[in-house]
Amino acid sequence: MRQFTYERASSPAEAAAAVAKAPGAKFIAGGTNLLDLMKLEIERPTHLVDVNRIGGIDAIEATADGGLRIGALVRNTALAADARVRKDYAVLSRALLAGASGQLRNKATTAGNLLQRTRCPYFYDPARPCNKRDPGTGCSAIEGFSRNLAVIGVSDACIATHPSDMAIAMRVLDATVETVSPGGQTRSIPIAEFHRLPGDTPQADTTLKGDELITSVTLPKPLGGRHVYRKVRDRASYAFATVSVAAVIAADGKARFAFGGLAHKPWRVEAAEAEFGRGTDAVAEAALAGAKPTKDNAFKLPLVRRTLAAAVA
Amino acid sequence: MEFTQAAGPNPLDAGRVVTKPIDRIDGPLKVSGRAPYAYEYHQDFPNAAYGFVLGSSVPKGRIASLDTKAAEAMPGVLLVLTHANTPKMSDEGEHNAPQLQGAEIKQYEQAVAFVVAETFEQARAAARAVKVTYTEAKGAYDLAAVQDKGEPVKSAPDSTVGDFDKAFSAAPVTVDVTYTTPDQSHAMMEPHASVAKWDGDKLTVYTANQMIHWAHDGIAGTLGIPKTKVRVQSAYVGGGFGSKLFIYSDPILAAVAAQKLGRPVKVALTRPQIFNHTNHRPATIQRIRLGAGPDGRITAMGHDTVSGNQEGGEVENAADQTKLLYAGENRLIRTRLSELDLPKGGAMRAPGEAVGLLALECAMDELAEKTGVDPVELRIRNDIQYDPEKGPSRSFSSRHLVECLRTGAERFGWSKRAAKPGTVRDGQWLVGMGVASGFRGNLVMPSGARVKLDREGVVTVETQMTDIGTGSYTILGQVAAEMMGLPIEKVRVKLGDSDFPLSSGSGGSWGANSASAGVFAACEALRDAVAQKAGFNTKDVTFADGNVASGGRSRSLAEVAGPDGVTVEAKAEFGDLTKKFAQASFAGHFCEVGVDAHTGEIRVRRMLSVCSAGRIINPKTSRNQCLGGMTMGIGAALMEEQVVDERFGGFINHDLAEYVVPVHADIPDLDVVFLDETDDKSSWIKAKGVGELGICGVGAAVANAVYNATGIRIRDYPLTLDKLLPRLPTA
Repeated sequence: MRQFTYERASSPAEAAAAVAKAPGAKFIAGGTNLLDLMKLEIERPTHLVDVNRIGGIDAIEATADGGLRIGALVRNTALAADARVRKDYAVLSRALLAGASGQLRNKATTAGNLLQRTRCPYFYDPARPCNKRDPGTGCSAIEGFSRNLAVIGVSDACIATHPSDMAIAMRVLDATVETVSPGGQTRSIPIAEFHRLPGDTPQADTTLKGDELITSVTLPKPLGGRHVYRKVRDRASYAFATVSVAAVIAADGKARFAFGGLAHKPWRVEAAEAEFGRGTDAVAEAALAGAKPTKDNAFKLPLVRRTLAAAVA
Repeated sequence: MEFTQAAGPNPLDAGRVVTKPIDRIDGPLKVSGRAPYAYEYHQDFPNAAYGFVLGSSVPKGRIASLDTKAAEAMPGVLLVLTHANTPKMSDEGEHNAPQLQGAEIKQYEQAVAFVVAETFEQARAAARAVKVTYTEAKGAYDLAAVQDKGEPVKSAPDSTVGDFDKAFSAAPVTVDVTYTTPDQSHAMMEPHASVAKWDGDKLTVYTANQMIHWAHDGIAGTLGIPKTKVRVQSAYVGGGFGSKLFIYSDPILAAVAAQKLGRPVKVALTRPQIFNHTNHRPATIQRIRLGAGPDGRITAMGHDTVSGNQEGGEVENAADQTKLLYAGENRLIRTRLSELDLPKGGAMRAPGEAVGLLALECAMDELAEKTGVDPVELRIRNDIQYDPEKGPSRSFSSRHLVECLRTGAERFGWSKRAAKPGTVRDGQWLVGMGVASGFRGNLVMPSGARVKLDREGVVTVETQMTDIGTGSYTILGQVAAEMMGLPIEKVRVKLGDSDFPLSSGSGGSWGANSASAGVFAACEALRDAVAQKAGFNTKDVTFADGNVASGGRSRSLAEVAGPDGVTVEAKAEFGDLTKKFAQASFAGHFCEVGVDAHTGEIRVRRMLSVCSAGRIINPKTSRNQCLGGMTMGIGAALMEEQVVDERFGGFINHDLAEYVVPVHADIPDLDVVFLDETDDKSSWIKAKGVGELGICGVGAAVANAVYNATGIRIRDYPLTLDKLLPRLPTA
């Protein structure tokens, strides 16, 4: 771990300004991912701006249009247990509870969860080339051990997956990420545009600017319907998704699906959802059009088809 | 005191303390955080400096350049050791572990530098600032590619009986299958860690180790100092599973740095380092050939196994159990070793049997299906009460496999199993049952102990024996309490110190029986000494309720001990009974799994192990051992695999997020039953090994249950869902 300096911010704009001021600075909230990465020197911030004490961004509140605003600092445990979330956004509660462990969820925040970095084993091994960790060094995963890596939206530079379960549910719910910049300007980023595909710049996981702070995530008014989060993994708990499906199935037969474990971002193809009337295989086929799996992870394609069938069964 | 003939009646037979499910006597210390592990002697070393091992990023070759200037200039750095400034060490002893002796690289993550600083964080950061370049050499990392180059090994000689080829080709029913098992990691909780401290020319090392005398030999031998100048302590060990039978860089480099700096140095390997820097269970490729009559009676028993290791490394003797487990007049059992440049392979919980049974016991299931004989019945039908290679002259000391299987089948409800696979469904789950035999050879080792009776009437046991989470403290206390007629509260047990009498240590499941025999021998000597001191010149002496009595006279132990107390030392040694008799512990494992009809996820629903391991000294700690073994067996069957990246010559999934072991949610209620028995040819304790028996055969029972649930046979462990999916019907 490199030496770093530390300060505690008391407002969102102040935090953003503090990060803007110090080159190489980062925000820290729960720290459940950042600290591990710092120990391995995969993240090397020179300055940490602690946002944990900022007031006003740690609550879950109703919005004027019948939705919910989730403060950036709301812990995963609190969000999963919130009565409104459990009743109206059950897919989100279920996704949260499918992730990490009780201890981690007690500490991890809503904003931090969105910003989790990939679990690609080569990203985690500083001795190995990795374009996401050290841009321009190459991708060790494409011809390496890629069983858990991406099958769609991949590039020649990176086949990493996004690891969050929560984000998959937020994607199916069409959440919006609210941010503030150092000057106090705010921005609303639809979740679909928040995470990005690797392209030639896999070092950037999201469209956030480095000094832009997430203040909340807003959920639109409840969709109703049946909410399912089905996560498939190599053990029953405490593992990242091999494949996951977040589904909201309405009484009128319309459905929404987002997928985890497949891509560099939560994977959702709205056009594929229109195929639901023809069955889940049709949805899977449309959602996975253009997939480029490796030999190691080609099994994910039939697994998506089967998991989707299980999710609506 | 030598064990040369079957044990007769002795004080342990009373079963007043021994055989009782006594709570761990070290339990309160552990659950309150007061049991210090190697890295935790903070009070004793307030000025300790922290070391960090920098490992090679190439598996084979030479260091081309090494620049430590930047690292040395970093904050808090006290010392950077490399092969340029490290004293010469010896590699001559069996347990030596020389470090930083030259530019040659033989293993990924081999130590190339050791950075010592005021804090751990400073040492770690500076280690990353050491600049190393390498000249890489070509190595071999793929077992399949070198399997045909396997050589015979002395430790696992061929077993050739009758005419295997003829019998196999003549057999009405044959099975000829190849199973593969991957490299596996011990993944124990406590990392390898050491603190070294010098007082003049005397070195003390606190280290996490299973075998004090091996560590003692290894540290003294490597550093070239007399053993009398080295003290090794390992009072509490947070799991080892074989990984801590040996020493690695941590005690050696800590000792060198502590001497150079004139202050204590502590070092713990990080989790990512452990997977490649230490050792692991090597992968195997195993071909099993079974020839049988239509009734399932085996006429030809063939097992060929190959594993890889670095030059001079041990073989994974995965065919050894096949020499003894089942009948069959014609036998061909061969173990081969190929050279690989992967990290060094070594012992992991039940080396040999743990993976050998993954293959053999699934092949038996395949034979059961081909012959139409029930899998439990097939195993019973092929039971044999003597060593099938040596003949009836070498019988088993005790063998109750059939009782294990029958008892297990009855308790588990085996009769409800559907013989036709893929036919039972419970909601989303395809349900199946599997069985496997468990077998683990019983080993014994010489073991000594010192026992002291003090004026309070308290007996203190001292021995080098370790407790790696197994319950050694408790069971040795039970043996002493039983022998001396005391309650367990009147016994103290001190372990894991090279100043104590040499012991068996913890490995190969020999610890409980051997170390208890050492305590038994010492207590026999103490009984004699106390009787004599009490003035009883007769053999007819009883020890009970804190008193020694003879001929109507009784005196308290406290009073006899007097102000000086009584101290004796003795050693248990073992004659040739292990040669005269085949000795092993046995089990019948029964498993029910559910396989998700949609996704192929496999979940164990329930499991039962019925074990036969001689006298069970403490049913609670023994059960605990078996539960751990079953959990590890489930991991081996379903998820554990160190993935080789041949481009880098090492294991790429080197943390506990990516090397997947079972978590609580994977483990349902497991049940363990011990047969009530003693084995009078194992030792005076009449006990056999339990710790490894728990894993032996478990994974095969899981795999056989998966087959019964789905009709899909996977012969490549672990059984992950991607291997099931291509053949899994639409749900």
